Amino acid sequence: MTELSTSVFESSTSTPAVVLDSISKLFGRFAALHDLTATFAAGRLYALLGENGAGKTTLLRILAGLAKPTHGRVQALGAEPQNVSGRIGYMAHAMLLYDELTARENLEYFRGLYPDRPKVSVEELLEEVNLAQVDPNRRVTAYSQGMKQRLALARALIAKPELLLLDEPFSNVDSKSISTMSALLARLRDGGATVIVITHQIEALAGNADEWITMRAGTIVQRQRSIPSAPMMAVRGGER
Amino acid sequence: MMLARAVGLHLRKDFRLEWRSKDAINSMLFFALLVLVIFTFSFDPLAEESRLIAGGIGWVAMLFATVVALNQSWARELRDGVLDALRLAPAPPNALFLGKVIANFLFVAVIEAVITPIFVVFYNLRVIGSGWQLLAVAALGTWALVINGTFFSALSIRTRNRELMLPLVLFPISLPALLSMVLATTNILTGERAPFDWIKLLAVYDVVFTTVCLLLFETILNAE
Repeated sequence: MTELSTSVFESSTSTPAVVLDSISKLFGRFAALHDLTATFAAGRLYALLGENGAGKTTLLRILAGLAKPTHGRVQALGAEPQNVSGRIGYMAHAMLLYDELTARENLEYFRGLYPDRPKVSVEELLEEVNLAQVDPNRRVTAYSQGMKQRLALARALIAKPELLLLDEPFSNVDSKSISTMSALLARLRDGGATVIVITHQIEALAGNADEWITMRAGTIVQRQRSIPSAPMMAVRGGER
Repeated sequence: MMLARAVGLHLRKDFRLEWRSKDAINSMLFFALLVLVIFTFSFDPLAEESRLIAGGIGWVAMLFATVVALNQSWARELRDGVLDALRLAPAPPNALFLGKVIANFLFVAVIEAVITPIFVVFYNLRVIGSGWQLLAVAALGTWALVINGTFFSALSIRTRNRELMLPLVLFPISLPALLSMVLATTNILTGERAPFDWIKLLAVYDVVFTTVCLLLFETILNAE
């Protein structure tokens, strides 16, 4: 296990990592989130499930500080998400990487934007996401979709986040890499990080997720410790 | 110190991206050349007339060329959602803005350096006033175009018709600067009047708009 996975995180398991207090998010008259109240304990791995349009991505963007709720309050790591953005890692549907730069240039650039966070080497990050065998001096545009996806995860881990928010990290990734990524997320959780993963590939987090949360129509309809049986998450992405 | 370091990071990244794609440089160069050639064939001025109109033609050509480049300046941050990653990073938002402004300033300056000798030959120009004053006008004028252009380009980034929006917003607000640039340049080329009042106005314009843009950029960046 590399340094990234060890206990560098400051999160305490006694206080919640995320508190949602009656949050709603409106896009015009459409409510992407509706009066959502929930807490997410620190140091746990959550799988966020739900059909397209359930509000999962909107919730993740609010937690990342990229969007503000129309109503209600959000606390991440004990503060407003915007005030602790350096401690939050975020991976979106989009890659959040420059295609014209190499993997190394991308990671070094983004690492430079987090001067106060613990440093992780590019090689270490690439190894964590199973990209160690790929030349880091190749431009991202030459990477396959699955490799880009893993590189995007490496970018999200660049500042050793205490709260890691991942939106469909396993899409287009081969099964071996899915296992590696899932195990990495579990190790990060074991190191104290709180990990929230949106996925339609339930099997990817089987055995690693601590809690399965199902959303529907902008609110949480189910929280459970065991894998949900409903096969409703087969369709991929595209929700707001 | 953190601001300077972050500006350096963004600047280096923008240079690297531009060096590989040459999007801004190529589009600016060909657009500016095109405008100059069209004006040359349209007017075919004598040497004396050239000195009177060259300031206007030169700066209008640069204004149009700059807009073409500025439209692409933020577009590359939108591709693959990189802007979200930049918004999440705890580095000062103004560092991102300043990095982009300085990069755009240098790209435009390179084009000006290439275009000016061609411009001088086409219009048979000979500067009667001071070359140093001309250099000061070029620097202040370019900064005026770039600071507002980069800011309004960021402002229009999420609008559907951003290529149209930028000139619509930028041109009216750049008029005082453009007027100062053209008149200062004409005064220097003809040597008939001292250009200092126009240069001072340009400097004040730059200070005011740089301050306003820096104060407002974070709000623009985080607007949903």
